Order: sequence, then structure tokens, then C-alpha cells
Amino acid sequence: MSDVLKIVDLHVSIGDKEILRGVNLSMTEGETHALMGPNGSGKSTLGLAIMGHPNYKCTQGEILLNGENILELEPNERARAGIFMAFQRPVAIPGVKMADFLRHATTNVRNPDRKEGEDLIPMREFRKEIKANMEQLQMDSEFARRYVNDGFSGGEMKRAEILQLAMLQPKFAILDETDSGLDADAVRLASQSINEIGHNKMGLLIITHHDKLLEHNPPNFTHVILGGRIVETGGKELAEELHAQGYDRIRKQYPEAAKVNDESEAEAEAVV
Amino acid sequence: MTPTTLTENIQLTFTDEGFAAFLQTLNEPEWLTEIRKAAWARFKELPWPSNRDEEWMRTDIRLFHLEKFFIPSARGEVATGTPVLADGVDLVGSAASCDGVASGASQFDSAMAEKGVIFGTISELLGEHGELIRKHLFQVVDGLEDRFAALHQATWTSGVFLYVPRNVCVEKPIHTFSTMTDGGCDFSHTLIVLEEGAEATVLAESNNANDAVGLHCGAIEIVVGDRGNLRYVNLQDWSQKVWHFAHQKAVIGQDTNLQWTVGALGSRLAKVNQHVSLRGKRGTCQVNGVMFTENKQHLSYHTLQHHEKPDCTSDFLYKGALQDQSRTVWRGMIKVDVEAQQTDGYQRNDNLLLSSKARADSIPGLEIEADDVRCTHGSTSGRVDEELIFYAQCRGFTRKEAIRAIVTGFFQQVFDRVTIESVREALALAISRRVRDYE
Repeated sequence: MSDVLKIVDLHVSIGDKEILRGVNLSMTEGETHALMGPNGSGKSTLGLAIMGHPNYKCTQGEILLNGENILELEPNERARAGIFMAFQRPVAIPGVKMADFLRHATTNVRNPDRKEGEDLIPMREFRKEIKANMEQLQMDSEFARRYVNDGFSGGEMKRAEILQLAMLQPKFAILDETDSGLDADAVRLASQSINEIGHNKMGLLIITHHDKLLEHNPPNFTHVILGGRIVETGGKELAEELHAQGYDRIRKQYPEAAKVNDESEAEAEAVV
Repeated sequence: MTPTTLTENIQLTFTDEGFAAFLQTLNEPEWLTEIRKAAWARFKELPWPSNRDEEWMRTDIRLFHLEKFFIPSARGEVATGTPVLADGVDLVGSAASCDGVASGASQFDSAMAEKGVIFGTISELLGEHGELIRKHLFQVVDGLEDRFAALHQATWTSGVFLYVPRNVCVEKPIHTFSTMTDGGCDFSHTLIVLEEGAEATVLAESNNANDAVGLHCGAIEIVVGDRGNLRYVNLQDWSQKVWHFAHQKAVIGQDTNLQWTVGALGSRLAKVNQHVSLRGKRGTCQVNGVMFTENKQHLSYHTLQHHEKPDCTSDFLYKGALQDQSRTVWRGMIKVDVEAQQTDGYQRNDNLLLSSKARADSIPGLEIEADDVRCTHGSTSGRVDEELIFYAQCRGFTRKEAIRAIVTGFFQQVFDRVTIESVREALALAISRRVRDYE
């Protein structure tokens, strides 16, 4: 039986501010979903809420993994259950080497019942695996000895996120603009890598403004999010339309959601 | 005067009578007795520092009572202690002491002695090398500077002396270890003199049994001659019932290299002055400090990097992590004399607060008289960043594992600068033992 990640009527707030206002979305393992929407629509919020970020409070609704609500789970329990997010701007952890970090992460995710302090996966096996994945991503072997995201260029950060995706082999992966800030060659490499690692295997939720990533990973479904709600769902031609023509039609068609979106964007700008 | 031997029943108090009796137990040359007497007079005339003194504003010693302790002497029992820095290290020499009294004879490679290298306790060496010791002893630290300095200069015991002649390289490290019994005192004095072009590595450490009460009042004097190269490591891991007061100073010459690593882990209350004078052109000094406090510990470190000559580089990095209700004070000063042009001075102190009740005071300072210098300083203090914890959790780390990794990583940045493997390992182990699980 295929794994299913189902989001039902999800409402999410940061502080008093409601960002998601009833999101419904269902993904099955092996499917690729594109999540598109203008700034402030709630794309990243949905990803962070699925991972369980402590600042994002789910006030209503459910996130079900194979029928079980995961809202009460800690982020690490969600990761061990097979959910992954590649961050748009991952934080640096100075002094912690990429290889050590990933060995620990891989051990925990592969052995969900591992207790703290128990053995990590054997070094030999791990080295072999990380080396193969790094070669595929055209990463220098020096990379494993660097500190997690510390002083990484934008491109290096994104590749490091894809490397983690490859090592952790989740059931569902949220890719939050894993192609942004890259030059054309790097976008192609990232897109191809994601295709090889996850396309038609994992459930992918791709948040992107770029068409290259979706060209290599054609979505089975495209969702348009506006004002904290998914207002329209279509096939890959919907993604193509939005790339070509932007969100004017969507805004006109869903004026209430557009209004909410504009307000929350204006507020976000005021905060910045 | 005939020296008398102390028995375990006689404990000399820090009084005129006790001091006079203490002098009688020593078989020291007149010049050294004079140094002690001058310091004793100074000790009597000075008050204890109080919170009105700038350096002591944040460090309260009202609960410190010298009368609870006795002038260092063998107390009839021996504490073993547990040295960690020399694990698996091929040493060229070693010395150990308990309660300020040498535990057995110091060890030293005879091949090194043939090259003119001198190492041992000061009392052992006074007979043969009295003039050499006289030339340097209490020439670097000012033993009359404050009441603790004077107390040390008057009543220090168990000094260690290392002398490396011109162009001699002592490749393997020398190890010194001090410990105390419950209620004991350690007033050890370290004197290291490297002549021109000489090289050495010294690993010094002190610890005693958990819960053992004690007093350390010590001094370190380091002289590095032109083109000399010294790596000095000082790991202080006393029990949390030990009072620790120390003046530590190095004077380094032209084209020298000094790497000084400080592990400040133990003691109930520590007040340390660490001072490096760059007294020749192009001298380079790197200081790596690691502080990790818990319970109600209070560690106060005052550093001074004094650029006296042009073209020198100094780089001081102290990192601290604080648990429970512990407190650290770090006060750093870069002083640049008017002739010290082209100075490159750097000082930084970063603190990680692992409890809402812990407090770190970080006070960097600059005093620059030259006009063509580059001096930078900075400090940070804060809790473990929740975004880092969340990121690691998203990769399957439990919250506890995430914090442990982040704290260890925080110190890794200092360990990366330490070039001696056994020291990196000992420090990392001490830290990992101390890191608790945080919610």
C-alpha cells in the first residue's frame, strides 16, 4: 500500500496572525505536486507547519500520515516518520561537520527507534554512501569536512540540502525553492538530481518560481495557494500557465483570497 | 639557620609567626628570602580587593577567608588527582605536586639536559642554577601588584622552572600537574624561560577530588626570547570548592610565536589575570580560551594584550558556556603603545547561556596610542538558537541531541586553533562530560 500524506482543513497562525486558513491537500508516494503562489501566500508556512516548527501553531485541522495525525509529533519524530524539508535558507551550525551531522541524521532516520547514545551507522558504510551521493551532486569531497552550511554560497547550501534528501530517503519531501538563487547550470544539476533521487519514488511537494525544476520533475498536480488557501488545483499545464502569465487571472478569479494575500503581504513588509 | 622539617601536625597560619616559621622550613638563599619578606610586608599593608576596585566589581570574595587555610605544606596524606593532558603523549619531562609540595623527583630526559635544557622544581634547582633563577624570578609578574600577588610571592612553594638555551628545540612536551588534598593549598609558581630561537611545549594542569575544599594562589611567568616558539597549555579543573587566584604573564620578543591555550573549567571562584606583552617586532601571540561553568561557579578572566613594539599580531579568543546559576566575567584589553605601529590585535569572547539563570559579562576594551593599527574586538552572549535546534530536529536529531551537537560545535571552533592533539581531545572530553541534557 502506498504512503499517503493528507492535509485536512489546516489553519496555522504565527502569534495572533493567521497565515493558513483551511488548506486541503493529499499526496501519495511517487507523486509530484507543485505548490505555487505569490509572495505572502503561505507556501513556506505550509512546509514549516508540516515539519512542526515551534512558532507555527496549528489552530485547526489535521496532518495525517497514513491516517495518523502527526500534529502532536516533535519535528524529529516527523523526520523519522519519513517527512523531509529542504529549506529555502538553511541555518549554519558552526563547529559541526557536515559528515558528522549527516551520519547522525541518517542513523536516526533509518533507525526510528534508536535511543540517544546508541551506536551510529558504521563509518565505512556511511562514507561510501555519502561519497557516491556527493559525486552525483558534483560536490568536492572537502565539503563533508566543512561545518554545516557555515560560509556556504547559495549554491552550496542548496546542494547540501539535496545531499541530505539523498541520504535520508524520505517518503515525502517538501522542496522550498531549492532552485532559487542558482545560475542556469546549477538549476539544471539540482533539477536532474532531484529527479534521480525522488521523482516517481517519493512524494514531492515542490515550491518554486522556476520552470526548469518542474520541467525535469513534471508535476502530477499543481496547487495554487493565495491568501492562505489553495484556490485551484490542476495538472502540469496549470504550472505552465502561471509561469507564462503570472497570477493575474487567479487574482481576478478569487478576489477575496487576493485581498487577504495583499493585506498579509503589506503587513509582512511593514514588519521588515 | 638549620632547616626544620614540617610534620603533619604543624600547620602554619598566614600570620607573622606562621610566616617566620615557614621561612625557617626553607633552605633558600638570602636574595630569595628578601623577595618573600618584601612581599609579606606588602601583603600586610594591602587590603583585600573589594567591589570598589574596577577588576573586582563583579567578583565577590567576601566569603573567602584566608584564615581557614594554612601555608602550603605536606599534610601527611597524598591526593592522587587525575592528569588527562599527557594521555598517550610521549613526554620529555614531568613534575607533579600535591598541596604545593613536589610528589617525588621531577623526571627529565637526560639527552635534553646534555643540551643545556634545565627542568625541575625551583627548590631542586636553586643550588646549581641559583643565579639563572634569580635573573628571572618575579621579573615578569609583579608580585606586589595586589594582595593575592603579594601573598603568592611571600609564600609560594613547589615552583617549576624550565630553561631552554639558545636555538635548542625541545620537541616533546613537558607535563606538570598540581593537586591538593581536602582543605589544602596550592601556591605553585611556574617560570619558563626560552632563550633566542628556542622551542618548547608545556602542558600544565591542575585538579583535585570533587568536593575537596582548597585554595590556589599562583603565578605563571613566561619569557620567550627572539625567534622563540612556545606552546603553553594550562588546564584548570579544580573542584568547585576551590578558590583560584592567579597572575599569569608572558613577555615575548622579536619574531616569536606564543600559542597559549587556557581551559578554565573548575573552581568555586576564579580570578585570573592573563597578560601578554609583545616586546619585540613581529611577535605573534594566539590565546585560545575555553570556559565551561556550572552550578554556582564564578570565573573571572582578565586578559591584557600589550603591544609594545611594531608589527606584532595578537589574537585572543575566549569561548564560554554557562549552565545553572554560574557566572563568568571576561574583561579583555588591547593596549597599543605609541611606537607599536602596524599592530594587528584581535580579541573576541563568545558565550552560550545554557540556563536562564546563568550570566556572562563580557567587557572588551581598547587603549590605542599608535595611529596606524588594526584592532578589532567583539563579544556575543546568548541562548542556543532555536532555529538551529529546529533544523537539526528536522534531520532526525532529538532536541537534546541537537543542543549537544550545537554546544560541542561552539567549542570546536576554538579546538580547531589548538595544534596539540592530546589537548584538543582532553578539552573535548571534558566538555562532552560536562554538557548535560537541556530541555
